[in-house]
Amino acid sequence: MIEFRLDRHTGVPAYRQIIDQVRHAIHLGILRPGDQLPTVREVVRQITINPNTVHRAYRELELQGLTEGRTGSGTFIRHSLSEVSGQQPKLLGQLELWMKRARDAGLEIEAVEALIAEALQSMKEEE
Amino acid sequence: MAVALETDGLGRRYLTNWGLRNCSLQVPEGSIAGLVGPNGAGKSTLIRMAAGISTPSEGTVSVFGERVDPNSATFLARVGYLDQLRPFYKHLSVEETLEWGARLNTSWDKASATKWLVDLEIPLDWKISLLSIGQQAQVALAVCMGKSSDLLLLDEPMASLDPLARQGVIQMLLDSVAEKGTTVLLSSHIVSELEPICDYMIILSKSRVQVSAPTDYLLANHHLLVGPHESHTFDSVNVISSKIAGRQATLLVQGDPGGLGPEWQVISPDLQDIVLAYLAKPNAEPFVPSSETSELNEGELS
Repeated sequence: MIEFRLDRHTGVPAYRQIIDQVRHAIHLGILRPGDQLPTVREVVRQITINPNTVHRAYRELELQGLTEGRTGSGTFIRHSLSEVSGQQPKLLGQLELWMKRARDAGLEIEAVEALIAEALQSMKEEE
Repeated sequence: MAVALETDGLGRRYLTNWGLRNCSLQVPEGSIAGLVGPNGAGKSTLIRMAAGISTPSEGTVSVFGERVDPNSATFLARVGYLDQLRPFYKHLSVEETLEWGARLNTSWDKASATKWLVDLEIPLDWKISLLSIGQQAQVALAVCMGKSSDLLLLDEPMASLDPLARQGVIQMLLDSVAEKGTTVLLSSHIVSELEPICDYMIILSKSRVQVSAPTDYLLANHHLLVGPHESHTFDSVNVISSKIAGRQATLLVQGDPGGLGPEWQVISPDLQDIVLAYLAKPNAEPFVPSSETSELNEGELS
């Protein structure tokens, strides 16, 4: 199970935040294939949110192939993102090495964050 | 997109003053629509005409594709209206009030109405007059929702409630929408309490519609620009409000600001920023995208 939380001040639409949190939980192994997502009514009780927004997020997750809706019983996780997960420790190690080099080069934490954000942005644009 | 409530050139005159004028908007079925605006902006006037309590002086108002007709049994069954004064027979007990609701309505969900009130710990055997203002508001809403109508028109349902009672009322509403797909139009002065629950926003000011759009679309099409005061001329956007502090200008704009120089910072505004900007400028260009445009663009956004 997963409990959602919303940050109202980021400018990121609420349905997008739900999608991101599900993807994140799958990446971390908190949600595994076969696990059930909370029902729309449960989410509405957890975090005061418009039910249509939750429906929309769930629809999108299904379109992305990450979940499947089973009539009458709810929404379930279909895929682990394990192909990626297997590579994660190695990638993390390389990132930590890079961080060390950035620090040796005299970069402040804020500068490192800005670089990562920029790299992520250009990766998203290429996709 | 199916439309629950539609107005076209709707207006209502009180003697020589217009309470609402040239009001054309569409509330999509299944949405929770927030209606905001200062006192006297025309919120109650709009809600009362949609409820069939007040007759338009000009234009039309339709509910689920049919012109509003307070004598039609179908209309009365499909629409629930909560007046901001929450009129009650105060000598009746809560239980008698629910019974009264059952006798006046063809479809009446007594089980749900009772359950909501029990969950909210409202004593069913008490007279309405003994309940607190907050509890009376909850009973009023429970009666209104017990009708199982398809469209709820709620005039200030959260006014004069403490934060906890507000939360209870909001939860009741969300529950009903999640379960039955009810369309809700509710007015409020407090934007922050509408932001998380409303997927459609209507802003009224000085008797006219300033904004009528899906909340996400409204947010995606407005930007806060912060930059040097002297260089601000924009052709591609509508400047809704501007604040100048020394050499710095903060603008709230509608539209895509496009290729701004690096001296400009673009920030996503929250709903409160947008509402305040429009209310401060009653003459700003209205933002009323057609439903086709906003649906199309919403698709692109996701």
